[in-house]
Amino acid sequence: MKEKLEAIRNEAIEKIQSVDEIKKLQKLKVTYLGKKGSITSVLRGMGKLTKEERPVIGKLANKVQETIAQSIQEKQAIIEQKAMDKQLQEEAIDVTLPGRPIQVGGSHLLTNIVHEIEDLFIGMGFEVKEGPQVETDYYNFEALNLPKNHPARDMQDSFYITNELLLRTHTSPVQARTMRSYKGEKPVKMICPGVVYRRDSDDATHSHQFNQIEGLYVDKDVRMSDLKGMLNIFAKKMFGEDREIRLRPSFFPFTEPSVEMDISCKVCSGKGCSVCKKTGWIEILGGGMVHPHVLEMAGYEPNVYTGFAFGMGTDRIAMLKYGVNDIRQFYMNDKRFITQYHQA
Amino acid sequence: MLVSLNWLKKYVDIDGIDPEELAEKITKSGIEVDGIEYIGESDLNVVVGHVETCEKHPNADKLNVCMVDVGESESLQIVCGAPNVKQGQKVAVAKPGAVLPGNFKIKKAKLRGVESNGMICSLQELGIDEKYIPSQFAEGIYVFPEDVEVGVQVEELLNLNDVILEFDLTPNRSDALSMLGVAYEVAAILDKPLQLPEVRISEIEEEAKEHISVQVDATDLCPYYGAFIIKDVEIKSAPLWMQNYLLAAGVRPINNVVDITNYVLLEYGQPLHAFDYDRLQSEKIVVRRAHTDEKMTTLDDVERNLSEDNLVITNGVNPVALAGVMGGKNTEVHHATKNILLEAAFFDPTTVRKTVKETGLRSEASTRYEKGVDPNRVKEAGLRACQLLEKYANGKVLKGLVEHDKLDRSEKMVSIHTDEINKRLGTSISIDEIGDILRKLQFEYTQNDLQFDVRIPTRRGDITIFEDMLEEVARIYGYDHLPFTLPKHFSQVGRLTPKQQLTRKINAFLQGAGMMEARTYSLTNKSLVGQFISPEIHEHNPQAISVLSPMTEDHQYLRLSLLPELLQSLSYNQARNQHHLALYEVGNIFLSNETKLTKQPQEKTRISGTLTGEWVTHEWQQETKQVDFYVVKGILEGLFAFLNIRVEYKASALAQMHPGRCASIYLNGKPIGFLGQIHPLVQKEMDLKETYVFDIDFEELVQQYEHQTTYKTIPKYPSIQRDVAFIMDEDLLAGDIQQLIEEVGTSLVKEVHVFDVYAGEHLPDGKKSVAFNLVYQDPDKTLKDKEVDESFQEIVEAVNEQFKTYIRS
Repeated sequence: MKEKLEAIRNEAIEKIQSVDEIKKLQKLKVTYLGKKGSITSVLRGMGKLTKEERPVIGKLANKVQETIAQSIQEKQAIIEQKAMDKQLQEEAIDVTLPGRPIQVGGSHLLTNIVHEIEDLFIGMGFEVKEGPQVETDYYNFEALNLPKNHPARDMQDSFYITNELLLRTHTSPVQARTMRSYKGEKPVKMICPGVVYRRDSDDATHSHQFNQIEGLYVDKDVRMSDLKGMLNIFAKKMFGEDREIRLRPSFFPFTEPSVEMDISCKVCSGKGCSVCKKTGWIEILGGGMVHPHVLEMAGYEPNVYTGFAFGMGTDRIAMLKYGVNDIRQFYMNDKRFITQYHQA
Repeated sequence: MLVSLNWLKKYVDIDGIDPEELAEKITKSGIEVDGIEYIGESDLNVVVGHVETCEKHPNADKLNVCMVDVGESESLQIVCGAPNVKQGQKVAVAKPGAVLPGNFKIKKAKLRGVESNGMICSLQELGIDEKYIPSQFAEGIYVFPEDVEVGVQVEELLNLNDVILEFDLTPNRSDALSMLGVAYEVAAILDKPLQLPEVRISEIEEEAKEHISVQVDATDLCPYYGAFIIKDVEIKSAPLWMQNYLLAAGVRPINNVVDITNYVLLEYGQPLHAFDYDRLQSEKIVVRRAHTDEKMTTLDDVERNLSEDNLVITNGVNPVALAGVMGGKNTEVHHATKNILLEAAFFDPTTVRKTVKETGLRSEASTRYEKGVDPNRVKEAGLRACQLLEKYANGKVLKGLVEHDKLDRSEKMVSIHTDEINKRLGTSISIDEIGDILRKLQFEYTQNDLQFDVRIPTRRGDITIFEDMLEEVARIYGYDHLPFTLPKHFSQVGRLTPKQQLTRKINAFLQGAGMMEARTYSLTNKSLVGQFISPEIHEHNPQAISVLSPMTEDHQYLRLSLLPELLQSLSYNQARNQHHLALYEVGNIFLSNETKLTKQPQEKTRISGTLTGEWVTHEWQQETKQVDFYVVKGILEGLFAFLNIRVEYKASALAQMHPGRCASIYLNGKPIGFLGQIHPLVQKEMDLKETYVFDIDFEELVQQYEHQTTYKTIPKYPSIQRDVAFIMDEDLLAGDIQQLIEEVGTSLVKEVHVFDVYAGEHLPDGKKSVAFNLVYQDPDKTLKDKEVDESFQEIVEAVNEQFKTYIRS
């Protein structure tokens, strides 16, 4: 019996080793280890053995069974491994081929600039206000200390619709409307981005339609140095911490004192180049302390409240920041242009 | 304003200051210097020569051979090709060795066999810009007045060493429209003393009032009119230095009388006008409003049709000048003029501005009158001109000018308090510093402890209130010296409103869906303005709103839809080989049903998109998907789902749209927009390929948006699915069947969607099969097959009955 078992073991191992398919291996498993398998049939003859022989043969049978089972298991692993290797080899692809393109959208450069500026001023406690684009002469001019026949009205040639209605020439009417709605009772701290219109011929630096962002802060104890401090933060965050600012006296009918702000030229770091017309400075925005007439007309007591206001051309800021050399690009929607700034 | 530094030096000491540095200082103090121009080279080595003889060149018709005395022992023989060279002239001579601009070296040479030892120069050859060259010397050589000395360097004579600063003046600083005003400003900035011209005239005994009377019928428009009479003037060229200064200021010299009035205009900022007294044909000046339809011919030879809005100077009968704007042709000073009436007046700025606007005649004079001249300098300027006329035109000034004088010359008082100044500026400027600033500005004041009562000189008409003085103090103190501070008070938290936040989210959604944001013009043209109008807009019969004076026809009407201009952007791109586009814009349209606006139009924000070309392109895997109706609809469905808004789509026939591929979008039974393909004919007209659009009321989206704030339990019990394919007439709408399934299915049917549409083989002609997938779910329990079967059967029967369909098996 011992010989039989050993013969079975040897035969099984030999067969297992020559098998190379899982199915055949399964068959061998049944043949040798199954309920009707060879080992089982050998063990049926156990009854004929002596009491002493039984445990020895039983032990041997178990050993043979284990050996065969292990051999099958090992073989199975090898076959599976081979199959997997084959599958993987077959499934290999050219990873250098291009992927399936996704349709990529994005926002307009001017929107990005507006959001950047909005977020900056929101961080300093400003709210964002909007207003109509077709304005009354009153809110566009008179409420801003520009009565009819004021010489400064020549500065802005406007698209009138009737004698009393026009396309707003700046976003300042939003300031006047906001102040009016607060009835002189609480501080105003707002910025107002929006579309404005002027009677200009379209060329590389002029557009009959463009965008502005203005800011207004009216409160008790607002100082001109606060304007300077805030604009300094704005300029550094917007254009880089290494930019310097310079304020120059200027004139706007709605502010007094008035300022224009320059930043040091990024191209030449203030040494003077063609971009800054050899001055080392680039004009960025205008502003000043809110004119007492403007405060008064909006219902704020100029002896109690003071304030500052500033305004800039969004298109100009975008052109400066990203080196865009033609303002018309913002409105032509050339795909080759607008896709350049989606990440801006 | 062009400021000659050589001229400025007459009033204030600017020696030793680099022009660039001066410009920088002026700019930082409030007047922007826009440009610095150097008139010529200052080191030319060109001298004045006297042409002793001038004879024809023996071998060349167009050349002359001149002997020129240049103040040396021997005269130079020079061959000259200029047509205007003549014996006896004083000319500019570049001697051998001189180097002219453009590195043009002058050498001894032989010209057609004749020796030439130098060159007689034109102004161009001396490097002078054309605009500074008097017209008589535009062609040919320059000829000096006879009285210049032979041998002297020409740089100074021709003002070649001058530097011109170009001021970009803000409207309030009309005081700097004069050399004296500029001198005050520069003196304040540099803290230097000021040297004003000394005005002294020697009148003759004869009295002006014997020859002229002045009557002003419109005192409100002309509070001051002064008439001087100057006899026996000799019309000739003005002195060279004066011509040089005029040229530097951009004014062409004409003759001594006209040049003197222009010189004083530039010096004092006060326009003057010289009439030929003998041509006046009367002994009186009457200043009045023009009559309706009155006519006069101005100096530029144009007949003007006047109205009562214009102020005229008349001789008692006819207009002889358009007040403050331009003189009349009939009284113009000419070469034979002998006697002059010199006008120095103050005209109402608004009237002048109106007349300028009407006539388009903007001049150095009107520019100053429009801004308002200094009431205290009107008469003085007249006297200054008389002084120069005596000296440079040999005129005799008659005693006592004749004037009408109702002019307010009073000076305003503005009080400033040191504490208030520092409180407003955020500074700590001392009392002494403020006093010093006022002294530099030459403002008189009385000081009472911390307070200054400042007498504002009338030349600074822009200063009327405390804030104006605040700016004066701040700018002379220097904006650079203001500290950087942040506001003292914390007034509010800054944040976007929910609507603004949502707007950003909607933009982000569309961009994530593959759309590119565009910006287009609000003003469009007549043919486009009426196109692609959404049904709910159309209902209100909107009128196209036109601006009164458009720049071009292309930008005349306020848009009623964003689509026409967006489609223009597609054409623009396609013309540049960009064929696959998905553009959208959020922008306003302008609605009014008034034909003439009496109130602001309603502005409505729309969100509109245009799509064309390929949506997905993956060539090597043979996957290409063209934009079609369902691509666009998918984006919108996604957007509505994102906003938790339920809309309906109804097939619609809209103008400019493909009648079979267009749907109106309804929200709560009302249209809010549409989507679809544009009509093939419109596509052709606009040079577009197959193009799809959408246009939706943005404000409706924002208003109807439901922000889900509470947690919805995720279903615990499994769902059961059923599929069914109905065979139906081809023209039936899947949406109608889906609606019925949802109605009959009640709350058990959680989801219904089409998963297959088929027509063709195995189906009868005119029929199609539409297959739906139904998802059943009960949030509270596990559904039993029986319940689902019953519901499903009910749905199938209802559909079959209502739509005459049957099940495909």
